[in-house]
Amino acid sequence: MSTSLRTLAALALMAFLILPLLPLAVWSLAQGWRFPDILPAELSTTAWAYALSPQSGVLESFGITTLIATATTLIAALVGLPAGRALGLYRFRGRGLVVLLLLAPAILPGIAVVFGLHGILLRAGLAGTVAGVILAHLVPVLPYMTLVLAAVFSRFDPTYEQQARTLGATPWQAFRTVTLPAILPGLLTAALFSFLVSWSQYLLTLAVGGGRVQTLPLLLYGFAAAGRNDLTAAIALLYILPGLLILALTARQITGRNTALVSGARP
Amino acid sequence: MTDRSRIALMLAPALLVLGGLFLTGLGLTLLRSFRYMPALGLTEPDLAAYTAVLTAPGFLRSLGLSLWIATASTAIAALLAMAAALLLRQSFPGRALVSFLIQLNLTVPHIVGAIGMLYLVSQSGSFARLAKAAGLIAGPQDFPALTQDPWAIGIILLYVWKELPFITLILLANLQALGEDHEATARTLGATRWQAFAHVLLPLMLPGLMAASALVFAFAFGAYEVPLILGAHAPKALPVLAWQAANDTDLAARPEAMAMAVLIAGIGLVLLALYARAARSRHVD
Repeated sequence: MSTSLRTLAALALMAFLILPLLPLAVWSLAQGWRFPDILPAELSTTAWAYALSPQSGVLESFGITTLIATATTLIAALVGLPAGRALGLYRFRGRGLVVLLLLAPAILPGIAVVFGLHGILLRAGLAGTVAGVILAHLVPVLPYMTLVLAAVFSRFDPTYEQQARTLGATPWQAFRTVTLPAILPGLLTAALFSFLVSWSQYLLTLAVGGGRVQTLPLLLYGFAAAGRNDLTAAIALLYILPGLLILALTARQITGRNTALVSGARP
Repeated sequence: MTDRSRIALMLAPALLVLGGLFLTGLGLTLLRSFRYMPALGLTEPDLAAYTAVLTAPGFLRSLGLSLWIATASTAIAALLAMAAALLLRQSFPGRALVSFLIQLNLTVPHIVGAIGMLYLVSQSGSFARLAKAAGLIAGPQDFPALTQDPWAIGIILLYVWKELPFITLILLANLQALGEDHEATARTLGATRWQAFAHVLLPLMLPGLMAASALVFAFAFGAYEVPLILGAHAPKALPVLAWQAANDTDLAARPEAMAMAVLIAGIGLVLLALYARAARSRHVD
């Protein structure tokens, strides 16, 4: 391919990738942007001011969404760490079945499981609660965390732990001073993307939260359905901030060769 | 403690969580789809919900629409992603920016992309305004309906926008692991560029492409919020139809929602099998 053709293709790709985000940026600063104006007649920060004021509930919703994503990630890390270790370090009978059980929630559409999940959490008295939503988010997040940690552990040499134990370290000391530092970069990246998977959930929150747990995407849809384009755009931009931050923190890793990480990095 | 019981202990918490929530959830959906709901006095399981769903024209139209959305989105995204991956392996001005945009797009939630796409391509969106300024249309009604349209073009555009980067990154990761040697070897042995691509590179990329495509197909088939925002009132995409039936004030519609969920899960399981096969053939779990 000649250089000019390559540049042209790259420009087209760039335009395609950025285009749907542009109207959001303009709308968030627009004051009455009617057809057929190409740009708003007047720019204003009204939508941003309202979105950031306590009345709109956006900041409260931001807090709840952050709480849910953080708790989901922490639980997934605690539960996924030993499971990831078992899958990454050992070959055992039934391993394929366990991997299949982990892949199933990642591939099966959410709509296939939400009704049953709601039934279970309703019986447990957790429907309509933040705790119930956290449990529901574990369904897509835990498999992702576990599979990424399995890939991380498959590159870890457990003989270092044995050496530490031989030198008198307790199992906890060996984990804290030998294993944890070795897996920490992988664990942190997995945690950041797990956060993002929970952060992006819509249907699971709607079904289990029953409208009583207002995370950002639910609030966003509410404003979009009400036709408040300026506010919707401002909230949408606030909603993608954590993703940008996580991208800034991990940009190097995801261009790398960790396929497991990329495979799961989808809401 | 033996190795075997230690492994079982390490896996137990994760299996309990997923068994308790995911498998039990699927099981409960399955029971209810057979209209087994003792709380409502239904204790004789039957297939009435499936009969009702499969004979309703609405369901078949929605199923067809969702299959169309998933097929078209996956095919277009996969083709473009392959081109993008090959492009990104070369050097050109702006390569860093393109690779940044691809990663940025991966972090944007679908619902945000869907709203952005709506503001971009709807009949009063940015493109319609540009068309009006260029004198191509007289008013919004003259602009082709790309959202809430029968062909689900807006939905497909959104999935291509969102999944192209996803497939591209998987292909790039695979290509990086393969190195450039095989292609160079083929060229040294006299293969043309096209032959080196078609006979060497493409077969090497195919398992990764298949695995990524299975994930994309499953998502585009089963996602709820994208057709909710960009889809037409009728026919609705299958997940939207199922959600609506589940929230119907008529309780009789609920087993039908469960039956739809089971049918969607069945299609998901076929895709899971395809994914597992593709993943095994490239030795990645």
